[in-house]
Amino acid sequence: MTAVLRASGLVKRYGRVTALAGSDLELLPGEILAVIGDNGAGKSSLIKALSGAVVPDEGEIFLDGEPVSFSTPLDARRAGIETVHQSLAVAPSLDIAANLFLGRERRRKGVLGSVFRMLDRAGMREEARRQLDALGIMTIQHPGQAVETLSGGQRQAVAVARAAAFGSRVVILDEPTAALGVRESRAVLDLVLQVRERGLPVILISHNMPHVFEVADRIHIQRLGRRIAVVDPAQVSMSDAVAIMTGALEPPG
Amino acid sequence: MAVVESRERSPLTRLQHLLHAQATIGPAVVLLVAVVVFAVLSERFLTPGNISLILQQVAVVGTLAVGQTIVILTAGIDLSCGAIMVLTSIVMAKVAAETGLPGLPALLLGFVVGTLCGVLNGVLVTRLKLPPFIVTLGTLNVFFALNLWYSGSATIRGTDMPSLLLWTGQTFTVFGTRVTYGSVMLVLLVGAMAFVLKNTAWGRHVYATGDDVEAARLSGIRTTRVLLSVYATAGLIYALAAWTLIGRIASASPQAGQTDNLDSITAVVIGGTSLFGGRGAVVGSLIGALIVGVFRNGLALAGVDVLWQTMAVGVLIIVAVSLDQWIRKVRS
Repeated sequence: MTAVLRASGLVKRYGRVTALAGSDLELLPGEILAVIGDNGAGKSSLIKALSGAVVPDEGEIFLDGEPVSFSTPLDARRAGIETVHQSLAVAPSLDIAANLFLGRERRRKGVLGSVFRMLDRAGMREEARRQLDALGIMTIQHPGQAVETLSGGQRQAVAVARAAAFGSRVVILDEPTAALGVRESRAVLDLVLQVRERGLPVILISHNMPHVFEVADRIHIQRLGRRIAVVDPAQVSMSDAVAIMTGALEPPG
Repeated sequence: MAVVESRERSPLTRLQHLLHAQATIGPAVVLLVAVVVFAVLSERFLTPGNISLILQQVAVVGTLAVGQTIVILTAGIDLSCGAIMVLTSIVMAKVAAETGLPGLPALLLGFVVGTLCGVLNGVLVTRLKLPPFIVTLGTLNVFFALNLWYSGSATIRGTDMPSLLLWTGQTFTVFGTRVTYGSVMLVLLVGAMAFVLKNTAWGRHVYATGDDVEAARLSGIRTTRVLLSVYATAGLIYALAAWTLIGRIASASPQAGQTDNLDSITAVVIGGTSLFGGRGAVVGSLIGALIVGVFRNGLALAGVDVLWQTMAVGVLIIVAVSLDQWIRKVRS
């Protein structure tokens, strides 16, 4: 099976600090790949390189076997990689539909769109409604609601829905449950599983081991700027994974 | 999967949500109440002559407030708007008066100057990444000095100018009320800007940039371009205000509009636009300018000393900003 997204030998240095020391990554079709690692292991740098937020100094990235290089987040998005950043990147005072389409608004057909640059508000709301329904986020009353009136979990749901709606190849989620309560985390994890059911592979960065072990198909363990192991959550215990991550245990194989 | 649950809301929370969704309701109610109260206090208040006077007094600051609104929506502020307006009015009038340039090219030259002043503000804000308050405090002085230098501190009389430059001060009569073309231009400008902000991608990007500039950037919005276009557009609008100013005072004076920059900010804030960016509407700013005009005029007619008019405006500002803070705390 060819990997949807594959990175090999990624290096990123910031002055004298080496954030990535030849890191690899392999994302298979239709899987949830969790990326775990201690602080400073290079998780963020790895994800930033894959989403175009930073340009790696060395190494290669392949999308469906084709070599690609991203110099801006927009490049990665155009290639079909959608990222939900930890900071969420939503505009709180705009409504849900406006946020789903932020930066890629649709215009009305005909003169109203081409000359008067009018937005297709009704069309975008309808599409937003459809996307939210498809992901089972039924209970958000209407897509015209301002995002700032939503709870943290609901905002996260909007951000994930946006990624799922526009990501055609890969969805990357950076710590989606970090700031959430138990029930809200539950809802967002369900959403992650929904995205996989749609056939989109997901890279999930998380510190929360129970969450990782619940949804991940494979776990990529990052340590000191490298991938030191990929483990199967059914074969390895949570405490062993943490031990590998911190260097207390030799990686298997 | 339940992500949202609805809760019972108290009347106060409902009001908060209503104001949150429709920021201009508050100012509109204040304006309506003020008009009713002043009409009761003085029978001269609602006479056609007086309404005409208020509209004329509001036209210049109202026009500036339209440009100020889009800058404040991006979480910026423009202290230089009055200086850009006066500089532009002097350029239009003096070039026409001295070289005999016809009205239309003189006007267009003014629009170019206003836009360039705005571009300078935009470049300083986006390239040097300086806070808009500091940038426009600096350019306020720069533009004012240029204005004094170019005008030689001399006023250009209306009789020396082409009539097109004075057109904004001319009037037509509806229902016995004399209305200046400058006031009509203001209403059309507000309508056009309201349409653009609400119905175009650019409008949404202005709000998103003001809301959270980093989030907007990560969403694929070219925020630098948005900010530059906002300051440039604001500069062009200040040039329109310059045209209205010439019509209003029937001359071009380097000393005109000294406090108009702060008055435009006052109108925007009283109109319900948040100084923190991302929330507000241009219609609110027009209402805000009208509220200030109505308060000053109504209190004067009621025989209240000027100093109390000023105090009333001050209190309105504090109330408006406190209200905004409260509305911002809205949660479902």
